[in-house]
Amino acid sequence: MSVSVDISHRLGDFAIDARFDSAGRLTALFGPSGSGKTTLINMIAGLIRPTKGRIAVDGRVLVDTDTGVFVPKHKRRIGMVFQDARLFPHMSVAGNLRYGRWFTPAVERYAEMDAVVELLGIGHLLDRRPAKLSGGEKQRAAIGRALLASPKLLLMDEPLASLDDARKAEILPYIERLRDETKIPIVYVSHSVAEVARLASDVVVMAQGKVAASGATGAIMQRLDLLPAEERGEGGAVLDTKVLRHDEAFGMSVLGSAAGEIRVPLLAIAVGAPVRIRIRARDVMIATEQPKGLSALNILPGTIVAISPGEGPTVEIGIDCNGATVLARITELSRQTLDLKLGGKVFAVVKTVSFDRANTAVGLPIEADG
Amino acid sequence: MNWLLDLTPDEWNAVRLSIKVATVAMLFSLPPGIAIALLLARGKFWGKTLLNGVVHLPLILPPVVTGYLLLLTFGRRGPAGAFLAEHFGIVFSFRWTGAALACGIMGFPLMVRAIRLSIEAVDRKMEAAAGTLGANPVWVFATITLPLILPGLIAGSILSFAKAMGEFGATITFVSNIPNETQTLPSAIYTFTQVPGGDDGALRLTLISIIISMAALVASEVLARRVGRRMDIE
Repeated sequence: MSVSVDISHRLGDFAIDARFDSAGRLTALFGPSGSGKTTLINMIAGLIRPTKGRIAVDGRVLVDTDTGVFVPKHKRRIGMVFQDARLFPHMSVAGNLRYGRWFTPAVERYAEMDAVVELLGIGHLLDRRPAKLSGGEKQRAAIGRALLASPKLLLMDEPLASLDDARKAEILPYIERLRDETKIPIVYVSHSVAEVARLASDVVVMAQGKVAASGATGAIMQRLDLLPAEERGEGGAVLDTKVLRHDEAFGMSVLGSAAGEIRVPLLAIAVGAPVRIRIRARDVMIATEQPKGLSALNILPGTIVAISPGEGPTVEIGIDCNGATVLARITELSRQTLDLKLGGKVFAVVKTVSFDRANTAVGLPIEADG
Repeated sequence: MNWLLDLTPDEWNAVRLSIKVATVAMLFSLPPGIAIALLLARGKFWGKTLLNGVVHLPLILPPVVTGYLLLLTFGRRGPAGAFLAEHFGIVFSFRWTGAALACGIMGFPLMVRAIRLSIEAVDRKMEAAAGTLGANPVWVFATITLPLILPGLIAGSILSFAKAMGEFGATITFVSNIPNETQTLPSAIYTFTQVPGGDDGALRLTLISIIISMAALVASEVLARRVGRRMDIE
């Protein structure tokens, strides 16, 4: 499965020139608002016709302005989950769910009502009207509706952006299940580092209508300079780890990563299962010798591989810890005091309590990493 | 009550005919009304202002003028009238069908306005969402747009019906005032007022007109409320 986009589009003063290919399980289109990411997926869905270019999904050409191909939206078999859910107000939740299924040719149907209802936990909502649902329930119903059309690709346009943090936390696990338990590739638009780091296998970074970078999530998240200013504090290394053991007595879980063992607050995730963690650069301290008498539990030895200027008085230091790169944001004063240089041997120090629900989550299935 | 319902056969015929004419006028206006409202609400074409003006003509012209124009075009010798009579056997002049045509045309701008407003209020994003779920434009219209504009359709239909119940000038000009054929309630009331001792009959028919119009209005309110409750847009 692959998505291939190469378009240029002009709308008044705003121009988009974007080109990317992705074969990922969940590709995030990431960028600040106004960077063109929503326009881009509207083009994939067929809601906007690009001025020029080509879009193909799984080898099927949907748009090619050179040969005059433009497949209308209802023939694309691409599901779309909108930021504002857009449930049909004159139908019950069950009616909404059946709607997409009805238009799918029987031989192409793979999504089953019961399975989707169970996956999203919306069984108790079926008889309700959309107006009577909470924001989170609406969004889950909207995801179900898109899934039941048995799409070949699922597009999600900032599905969590209009929800509060509690509702986001309610839906994120369902999106993880969607990613891990169904075979539908997903393109997910977001401006939130937390969401992208948690969910994406691949990231396409958009800035001012152009693709600024694209690649695997871990590699892209190293590039703090790609993050929008207001999201920079959330940036940091994304590591795919797995649960080694649980330490119930102290309420901790021990994760195995290339960088070594990492202790985080107790997770409700089975031993051996994948866990993705995001270590915010601002949460990482650097020591030049093995620290003693320190409360922080995670001390990862490594080598400095990158030093780049950050915002204001800060510098961003990349530390290679046995193959996994951890990022640290410290002040320029500290850097000079410690005389940190490329190639220097240091220890990255991370407190266990800096891990919380926002940066510790079920990881992508391990076989997908290969 | 007895006095009210103690109608002569001619008076009963006027009541029945009026309801028939108004119902037919309303039902036959609905499909073209929806089509024109769609065009005006969403179409981008040259002459849209002109079309809008033509649709509204019956509202601003004296009804007698509209009736006379109908007579010229749909009369036996009129171009449209002759064509329809020859090829489809449809005759309007001096028939109740002519009264329905006149009433339909007079109520048409009111119907189009109501439907157009409701179409403009439809969230087109809903239609886009339906499209991504595999519905082609015709299905989108049938399953999303039409149910969402139902309140407007009801309001437009009732306006058209009420206008038809009260239509007098265009009808009497076009199809005259023939008892049992084209004599609707207003024409019958008018006739009563022109003869000595007709006050009783005129008052009876006036009260019946009021009752029918009120009933139509209440029915539309009930319907609209039921539809509104079902949708309950937040």
